[in-house]
Amino acid sequence: MSRVLIIAEHDGENLSPATAKTLTGALGLGVSDIDIAVFAADPSGVAEQAAKLEGVTRVLSIDHDDFEHFLAARLAPEIKALAADYSHILMPSTTYGKDVLPRAAALIGVNQVSDIQEVIDERTFKRPIYASNAIVTVKVDEGQPVVATIRTASFAAAGEGGSAEIESRDAQAEDPGHTRWIGVEGGEGEGPDLSTAPIVVSGGRAMGSSEGFDIIYSLAKKLGAAVGASRAAVDAGYVPNELQVGQTGKIIAPDLYFAIGISGAIQHLTGIKDAGTIVAINKDPEAPIFEVADLGLVGDLFELVPELESKL
Amino acid sequence: MKILVTLKRVVDYNVRVRVKSDGSGVETDGVKMSINPFDEIALEEALRIKERGEAEEVIVASIGGDEVQQQLRTGLAMGADRAIQVSADGDVQPLTAARTFLKLVEKEEPGIVFLGKQAIDDDANQTGQMLAALWDRPQATFASKVELADGKATVAREVDSGLETIEVDLPAVLTSDLRLNEPRFVKLPEIMKAKRKPLETLSLEDLGVERAGGIEAVSYEPPPQRGGGKVVESVDELVSELKSKGLL
Repeated sequence: MSRVLIIAEHDGENLSPATAKTLTGALGLGVSDIDIAVFAADPSGVAEQAAKLEGVTRVLSIDHDDFEHFLAARLAPEIKALAADYSHILMPSTTYGKDVLPRAAALIGVNQVSDIQEVIDERTFKRPIYASNAIVTVKVDEGQPVVATIRTASFAAAGEGGSAEIESRDAQAEDPGHTRWIGVEGGEGEGPDLSTAPIVVSGGRAMGSSEGFDIIYSLAKKLGAAVGASRAAVDAGYVPNELQVGQTGKIIAPDLYFAIGISGAIQHLTGIKDAGTIVAINKDPEAPIFEVADLGLVGDLFELVPELESKL
Repeated sequence: MKILVTLKRVVDYNVRVRVKSDGSGVETDGVKMSINPFDEIALEEALRIKERGEAEEVIVASIGGDEVQQQLRTGLAMGADRAIQVSADGDVQPLTAARTFLKLVEKEEPGIVFLGKQAIDDDANQTGQMLAALWDRPQATFASKVELADGKATVAREVDSGLETIEVDLPAVLTSDLRLNEPRFVKLPEIMKAKRKPLETLSLEDLGVERAGGIEAVSYEPPPQRGGGKVVESVDELVSELKSKGLL
């Protein structure tokens, strides 16, 4: 029998949109039984949000002080303990899902399908490889659970309107005691979240300095957009690493993407291939970004970007 | 303390790969192959730890046919002390790789196993986490800073929300992110010296590794191409195009 378990991502108070997107991926399996597990120190608020998502059968609420921070070594055995009842175990392909789920997969004794971008049937999926320069269709053997992460940029968030029952469960495993959470920096950025924003304005190496990036922030503010960056801009210290878009940063699919002063390396393009409309502003007409841009503008970005902002 | 670093031979990151016209795979004949860039960063970090006197030996290991010896020799030229090739044919999925590295861990008893966070061919991002699970030891993935003291590693991790710091007891599995360091270039005399460094060859069978499959690649296809774009002449034209698409 097919039953799906999704491990929720949240910050202790709010369910992450990545979970609602993972649910949409799960709904594509055509399986009617979809549960969401919420591991938290105080899961009640998040569990209620999960129960409202359309298509959820049951929410498993598992509370323990250890779950205040998502440590893979603590959570993986919990996921394994739940796994016996399910044919599919899913997490979003965020840094959280990428950290935790392979550890659980190994305990279960199976390989994981990473970054599903399309569901063909219950056991057949498409996923990107080689920095999205190829798409492979993979089939998971019958008789083993499907343990998979869902590429959130490929799925819209599931709607609300559900009223799933919430079931309390006890934690099954013990803290192995070898991993301690110290703290987190960053995430205090203004404006919408990069992973989910409908409009993203990204800057690259050509911004020249962190001050040069001000015109990006300013344009983004005018548009109500999130700010992103290429690896070059992050490595140069113009912006913090969590703004990086690309193969090793965030993979996003906004309706509108501005690539400003970004040449368009393969690794960056991986992160934006699913964007609705790509606008490139660059002084080099030969830059590879123009091969994928829907609208291109060649010229000095320090003149063009402020002009663009003034005309919005 | 020993540090074990795993190196995967992959298509060089600058190569734009092509899917074979019959959809049976990706064209790799005659394509430049290199050490997976994240693995190179992992090795660089291990070498720096050794140079600070916090480790005695750095061992590089790779799974695959004899061609992986090229990448192992490069690792030795960068400064690793010795190399282990685990010979294996065909597709080695992450769980098989993790089981293999666990056998090397049992044999070598390293204080740290350092892997890249993902290989740029399969983009799986699984092996390090799986090894940590099988070994029942801590993991610190996506590391961008590593400090060692008193049998513990303090690791800054690149996560979606910023930079998270965790502390793990050693032995542990660490996986490198891009910003951990800038790998060194190999110099010619080092390449000559590397030829004399020990390279041991084992096989999956010697190690008693049970292969884990379960996921079969059915077919490959190129990604959908984006429609031809248009170069506009002015900001005004750009704004009116965006308005006509209903985006502004």
